[in-house]
Amino acid sequence: MQPIPEDKQEHCPGTESDQAGKQSACEGCPNQQICASGEANLPDPDLGNIKERLKDVKHKILVLSGKGGVGKSTFTSQLALALSDTEQEEEEIDVGLLDIDICGPSIPRIMGLHGSRVHNSSMGWEPVYVDQLAVMSIGFLLDDPADAIIWRGPKKNGIIKQFLKDVNWGELDYLVVDTPPGTSDEHISIVQYLKESSITGAVIVTTPQEISLLDVRKEINFCKKVNIPIIGVVENMSIFVCPNCKAESVIFPPTTGGAVKMCEDMDIPFLGSLPLDPRIARSCDTGKPFIVEYPDTPAAIAYRSVVDKVKQFCEDTTK
Amino acid sequence: MVNYQTILVLSGKGGVGKSTVSSLLALSLVKMGKKVGLLDVDLCGPSIARIFGLEQHSVMNGPNGWIPVYADDEQRLGVMSLAFLTKRDDPVVWRGPKKTSIINQFVHNIAWGDIDFLIVDTPPGTSDEHITAVEAFKDFNLDGAILVTTPQNVSIDDVQKEASFCRALDLEILGVIENMSGYVCPTCSDCSFVFGRGGGERMASESNIPYIGHLPIDPKLTASMDGTNIMKDFETDSIKPILSFIQRYSKQ
Repeated sequence: MQPIPEDKQEHCPGTESDQAGKQSACEGCPNQQICASGEANLPDPDLGNIKERLKDVKHKILVLSGKGGVGKSTFTSQLALALSDTEQEEEEIDVGLLDIDICGPSIPRIMGLHGSRVHNSSMGWEPVYVDQLAVMSIGFLLDDPADAIIWRGPKKNGIIKQFLKDVNWGELDYLVVDTPPGTSDEHISIVQYLKESSITGAVIVTTPQEISLLDVRKEINFCKKVNIPIIGVVENMSIFVCPNCKAESVIFPPTTGGAVKMCEDMDIPFLGSLPLDPRIARSCDTGKPFIVEYPDTPAAIAYRSVVDKVKQFCEDTTK
Repeated sequence: MVNYQTILVLSGKGGVGKSTVSSLLALSLVKMGKKVGLLDVDLCGPSIARIFGLEQHSVMNGPNGWIPVYADDEQRLGVMSLAFLTKRDDPVVWRGPKKTSIINQFVHNIAWGDIDFLIVDTPPGTSDEHITAVEAFKDFNLDGAILVTTPQNVSIDDVQKEASFCRALDLEILGVIENMSGYVCPTCSDCSFVFGRGGGERMASESNIPYIGHLPIDPKLTASMDGTNIMKDFETDSIKPILSFIQRYSKQ
């Protein structure tokens, strides 16, 4: 399908609309005939290529929120690290970490890979490795990390498709996908592109306050609308423990009952709360994995408890 | 052409306090006697309606366009948001072209009346909403953009991209505000830099962008933004570090 042209008509209904090609706004558009004939809505042949590429990936987990800045990328990185931790396991566990936040890719910085570049092999793009963890992000394709990606939806969708079909992921037990906030092109596309490969489930991250939950409820309803199984909700930044006096305080008050109440109301599993620890931000900034550097902190213990529940969900789906 | 001045509040990063800063900016200008419009072009996660306790309101179409919802009886602060046109928990699952279309309507078809300033809150990123808003507002006395960040590098990374975006689209950067800069423990008064410190100021200096100031984490402010209409509780004390910038700007 020809992508929506950059010089598309104003009030373009979108190529997937049933009015595509038929509205007065479509006149003069180079896509008009294709849209009106319905060709634009034929099955995408790349879905098969993606399915083939990901055939040896056992579990695909999306990490979503509606809200920005709640700790999706932080959580995704710790989840990927904890899943690949083989200290307690007999066999090696292979994990991939895919960052589809095209405008604001945080994963390279958090994983200590800021400035790394990908290279091409005969098998496709090679992910960047941190120990055994395979990572891919648009951050690795930028000449200068300060360069802005000023792309409209179709171009973002194109790169996400390439991340799925052209990256040499190999055999993975888990592919964890970090997403940007919202319910837009990136989210619609990842769901569409993985339609034939299946998504194991989604973890939704929030903070306690209503201004976050407002957006997170929408994200949960998005998942229900597109039939993504919901593994559960994690409440991040729930309490702050003062490093000086150890007193607990609440920085982001759960004025409407926080994630626990929201999960009860929406009949969704609550996976746990993660406290605020200044060392988490520092670890993310320096690219050192928090749960590895500070394994005995309350926050690291809380992370591992949530990860155990995610693992259990995945194991239950394979039974 | 319009008679009001427009500022975009941008970040590359989500959750840094764009909506908070947009709201505080609007409230400060109102306190200084100005009439203000506050437009929320974050279509997927519109927060402004909630901050002002206005989510139950809907908008009406008048002869001059959609009539904004007023946060006060004296109609000094008008608000427009997609939240007034959708149900609370319904996700807005739109691709770029549909978002572009609604933002163009928000720019051209709102009956703001005789406002002095329009503050535009945006979602995180550098995509459809941002490109459309900048292009559409170019004819509307667009003064420039304020960038909001938190101190840590993962935020600075994204805000540097936003600064590149502004330069690429020829949009003046009025300055950078560093939000969530320190938290004072209510028990022992020790200040913890939960999200690091100084990143915003450093970035501004390295990128030759004016540094406006930094705002601390303030749980009282956070709570007042959670749905009771912050207009009643607002005191200029909460924005002391950035007040002189707002005062200078309001006199333009």
